[in-house]
Amino acid sequence: MTAASYLIRGASLLGTAAGDLLVRGGIIAAAGENLGPDVVGDATVIDAAGLVALPGLVDLHTHLREPGREDSETVETGTRAAALGGFTAVHAMANSSPVADTAGVVEQVYTLGRESGWVDVRPVGAVTVGLAGKQLAELGAMADSRARVRVFSDDGICVSDPVMMRRALEYVKAFDGVIAQHAQEPRLTEGAQMNEGKVSAVLGLAGWPAVAEESIIARDVLLAQHVGSRLHVCHVSTAGSVEIIRWAKERGINVTAEVTPHHLLLTEELVRSWNPVYKVNPPLRADADVHALRAALADGTIDIVGTDHAPHPSEAKECEWAAAAMGMTGLETALSVVQETMVETGLMSWADVARVTSTAPAAIGQLADQGRPLEVGEPANLVLVDPAARWNVDPAAMATKGRNSPFAGMELPGRVVATFFHGHPTVLDGKLNTPFIHGGN
Amino acid sequence: MRHLLDTESLSRDNAIQILDTAQEMSAVGEREVKKLPALRGRTVVNLFFEDSTRTRISFEAAAKRLSADVINFSAKGSSVSKGESLKDTAQTLEAMSADAVVIRHWASGAPARLATSGWIDAAVINAGDGTHAHPTQALLDAFTMRAHWSQLAGTPSVGGDLAGMRVVIAGDVLHSRVARSNVWLLRTLGAHVTLVAPPTLLPVGVGHWPCEVSYDLDATLDAGVDAIMMLRVQAERMDASFFPSTREYARRWGFDDARLARLDELKLKDTIIMHPGPMNRGLEISSSAADSARSTVLPQVRNGVSVRMAALYLLLSGEMREQATPAPSNAKDNS
Repeated sequence: MTAASYLIRGASLLGTAAGDLLVRGGIIAAAGENLGPDVVGDATVIDAAGLVALPGLVDLHTHLREPGREDSETVETGTRAAALGGFTAVHAMANSSPVADTAGVVEQVYTLGRESGWVDVRPVGAVTVGLAGKQLAELGAMADSRARVRVFSDDGICVSDPVMMRRALEYVKAFDGVIAQHAQEPRLTEGAQMNEGKVSAVLGLAGWPAVAEESIIARDVLLAQHVGSRLHVCHVSTAGSVEIIRWAKERGINVTAEVTPHHLLLTEELVRSWNPVYKVNPPLRADADVHALRAALADGTIDIVGTDHAPHPSEAKECEWAAAAMGMTGLETALSVVQETMVETGLMSWADVARVTSTAPAAIGQLADQGRPLEVGEPANLVLVDPAARWNVDPAAMATKGRNSPFAGMELPGRVVATFFHGHPTVLDGKLNTPFIHGGN
Repeated sequence: MRHLLDTESLSRDNAIQILDTAQEMSAVGEREVKKLPALRGRTVVNLFFEDSTRTRISFEAAAKRLSADVINFSAKGSSVSKGESLKDTAQTLEAMSADAVVIRHWASGAPARLATSGWIDAAVINAGDGTHAHPTQALLDAFTMRAHWSQLAGTPSVGGDLAGMRVVIAGDVLHSRVARSNVWLLRTLGAHVTLVAPPTLLPVGVGHWPCEVSYDLDATLDAGVDAIMMLRVQAERMDASFFPSTREYARRWGFDDARLARLDELKLKDTIIMHPGPMNRGLEISSSAADSARSTVLPQVRNGVSVRMAALYLLLSGEMREQATPAPSNAKDNS
């Protein structure tokens, strides 16, 4: 059976000039204006007039929950959600059960991803055994495994011991890895429930000070400079963190940073509702932080958008605020929130969106065939977005198992119409199509 | 208004309606037959996730004086350790046709969650949640202050407020739901509030509250005060370095004998001393202050029953007026 081919007719490439893309054999086989029948052949035509074509989205920060918490999410359901959100690759965080701290577990997750076939699943390896912060995990074995791990993180827990962080940063230089830090000073955040400030004072919820994030980032950029290694800062949430990262980049320190969609849109004011769907780590911050994060993403101080997609079963949120789990789903809303906060505000072009959602995260994760230009010969990992569409967020209609979307009930712009993964449409007409089968669709 | 959850969103109209109704209720407590038939056939559940004998028996007495049936549900620990969720507990009470749920909970916001989740139809009265709010305590404090303030002015207390009254609240503000509820209610009733505490026991963000903040109890007293409310301080806070020792705390922020004498020197003969109880004698308040003629500790307890009768009666009879305007600070911000 010959692989199907698709002609994407008249898409606005990265939001600029309209053109055709011929997808055949897993790559962009031809590109240009009004490709003729001689080139197109029997390709299925997709009318993409009015749609924006972007490289497939790459998430550096996804919780797929498998193995261990299949009630929250599985690789299958999480990657379906990813494809619907326009993603062609996700990095699965290590805080599964068992923790992804051995070659065996990361290979399991990698294999589950291959079998599902909706996106590339790249496991993130734990920095320390069991995320316990006491002993380095076998980072080299995970790097050398079939999963070829390059991103290491204890996400959910901060590598707070400065010596452990130093050693980890040094050690991953041996295979050009990167440590993705969850910056949260543990003593300053014991029992913390929400951002510490005006709202926590009134609500009587234990505060989560900005300095708990900023002090760790300041320490880590200095450590990265000292040992000459590469640091990635997960889910930056405060204006002060932005200033420290800007300072570090000006000094030439090799640091990259990430912001989540929810921190670009939502503020701590929502906590007044007492609805734990707004409970997340790091917490929602103040309006000034939201605007500083948007500006930093626009000017490149923050390199990427990472979803921190964190599905939970409903019982984990149907309870008192203090008893609720932290985290929000995000894969199926990420691109819409980026459009709402960055494109509709005039802060970013679609080419910028491609950079922060695809090119830059692929570079940090060292994914050679992701985040590529929309040019002939490049792998056909791409997404078509209808920027004029608007939709109401309904968590019950999502592919993720998690119903904990903080955007529930909101109207957001932009709809993913089609996602191509290795040249195969995983999503067509905004609906799941079929998975890519490694070795031949 | 269907629920009583906090004082930040309580309008002046509703606050005064509760205080005026409490005034009528207090007369019942002075009669030989201390009972009204107002809530006959209605069921009030005292749902306590945290021990508090004082608050529970106050609510129990209030409900019984209104002839309601009272069910005491001590759910301490059941939320987490026994695996039963707040939702299941609420729905159990709903199935038993509770008309009002008086809830005390260790988690800030639990009463609001109960009231807004759709799990239950009953009226919800917050009997203290975490470090968030304790609205009936603030109302009984305001009731006590209003009786004193109107007596001094020679005016009837019914319909009155606390305009011009200088109130000092001193102690562990950070962990106090009593302080949080008093600040908003006293603001609404026109009093001038000053919080006094060590800087470690004030929340970051207190600068946005409608009150003054001081670290110096003596200077605050010297500036003139009509009511001093001492908050309970747990000695264990010392272990988390909120203050160096109980003795240093008592010297700097406790209402001791010297400060009691200072009120006389300042010729503040009408200044009252309040405490929500239970007191740590010798820590935040000395015995002679607690037992002095200025002390309103026992009237506060008595007034608590009247205020809780008023709250139960107004919410269950449907006579509580609708709030004229919702509190603006409760608006959601999706920006």
